[in-house]
Amino acid sequence: MKTYAEINEKIREGRAVVFTAEEIIEVVKEKGYQAAAKEVDVVTTATFGPMCSSGAFLNFGHSAPPIRMAKVWLNDVPAYAGVAAVDAYIGATELSETKGFAYGGAHVIEALVRGEKVQLKATSYGTDCYPRKEIQTFVGLKDLNQAYLFNPRNAYQNYSVAVNSSPRTIYTYMGTLLPNFGNATYSSAGELSPLLNDPYYRTIGIGTRIFLGGGIGYVAWEGTQHNPSQNRDPNGIPTSSAGTLALIGDLKRMKPEFLRAALFERYGVSMYVGIGIPIPILDEDILKQTAVSNREIRATVFDYSVPKRSKPNFGQVSYAELRSGSITVNDKKIPTAPLSSLYQARQIAGILKEWINRGEFCLTEPVQTLPEDSCVKPLAVTEREV
Amino acid sequence: MAKKKIVLTFPPELTESPLTYHLVKDFDLAINILKAKITPGEEGKLVLELANGSEEKIEAGIHYLKEKGVFVEPLSKEIILDEAKCVHCGSCTAVCHPKALSITGPDWQLKFDKELCIVCELCVKACPMQVIQVSF
Repeated sequence: MKTYAEINEKIREGRAVVFTAEEIIEVVKEKGYQAAAKEVDVVTTATFGPMCSSGAFLNFGHSAPPIRMAKVWLNDVPAYAGVAAVDAYIGATELSETKGFAYGGAHVIEALVRGEKVQLKATSYGTDCYPRKEIQTFVGLKDLNQAYLFNPRNAYQNYSVAVNSSPRTIYTYMGTLLPNFGNATYSSAGELSPLLNDPYYRTIGIGTRIFLGGGIGYVAWEGTQHNPSQNRDPNGIPTSSAGTLALIGDLKRMKPEFLRAALFERYGVSMYVGIGIPIPILDEDILKQTAVSNREIRATVFDYSVPKRSKPNFGQVSYAELRSGSITVNDKKIPTAPLSSLYQARQIAGILKEWINRGEFCLTEPVQTLPEDSCVKPLAVTEREV
Repeated sequence: MAKKKIVLTFPPELTESPLTYHLVKDFDLAINILKAKITPGEEGKLVLELANGSEEKIEAGIHYLKEKGVFVEPLSKEIILDEAKCVHCGSCTAVCHPKALSITGPDWQLKFDKELCIVCELCVKACPMQVIQVSF
């Protein structure tokens, strides 16, 4: 048994024992759970994949004369300005009014992080205290007072495997799905993925300090559609999308290689977000969960050609099978392809490990744990208030 | 084994001639059809890979096609991957039938084998980072 304080002391003294969630699998094989739990202080987890529910709050500062920005555009991408005078939220999936699908909010965020200037346009109705009705200028990340990423739903705990049973190619947020079960796509870092290594949210909670987009961030809240009640295997691992995290972090300290705008053909713009989360090994049970391997993590195969809320499914496959290059569905061998980058996730888990080893990154105890029993409600369409 | 990838454009009157049959029968060529767009009565396009033990046989086959009135060009279009901007997600591999683009362990970095590429261009749109292009 260890405490956060004890682990942090070891981190500060440069003697913490840290492994990535992939490395820990071998460590446990060699030493067993008990010895490994005693010896290891932190396991780093990571993911780098498309996360549409992302965006940034920006504060532009006041111009002379001042304007209460009512409508805001950044490089022709609308940003939400229904907050105070010069605050706005630019969402990753918002599309450009001039370039359409080719450019969106994620591209604006990436451009800012790359150090580029973006064109700011805003209009207003004018007030006694804010007389200006129009403004057009250029702003960079350094010019902004605050710029922080605030992503309402990231780091999904497991996700669907997508196939297409129809006779035509379909274009989805799970990539291009070829007809007649021509391919299967999946999007999770599996054994390296944060919430699959802490399935009951014992250490990842509100206030957990994390790696976000190359800088430091925090878990702000449960993510939208957080669904801990999802079906779980006996080892605690949900068999489809379950828990989620709302994340916050200083955009000014992020790096373009870990925050990348993406375009999904005939679907729209999204953003690849790099996330790394440390798990303190407080006891043997926590260690056991971090030692979970791809063979023990299963995901459900859904038919994306059925455009309904409840898509038919073809049962479960393991991440070991998905990573092997093909899965078998309805007796048919289907080639698999990932959408999230394991290569980048490994880089992130490695960087976080390095930060901790160098004593630069201490762990935080959650100020509140995430809900363990909430579920996701559907939206009812009604004619009038009921 | 000598191999050559060629693009054939043939006039409407030739779309119904069994040209590939003659390439096999008379020139002993192994033919792999990489792409085909043929509608009777319209101009047709065919991308072929020709293979035989000798390069002469391949050249003779090409000469035969030209004599018949087919416009023959080498397959010069190619897929260019901007490796510096690639994040190794693997999305492009989902649509690559010939497995020219592949991503596997242990390193899970994207690999591109130009030899296997048939320039079907599906990867260009499947890449979420837009770092794959066709060059002419």
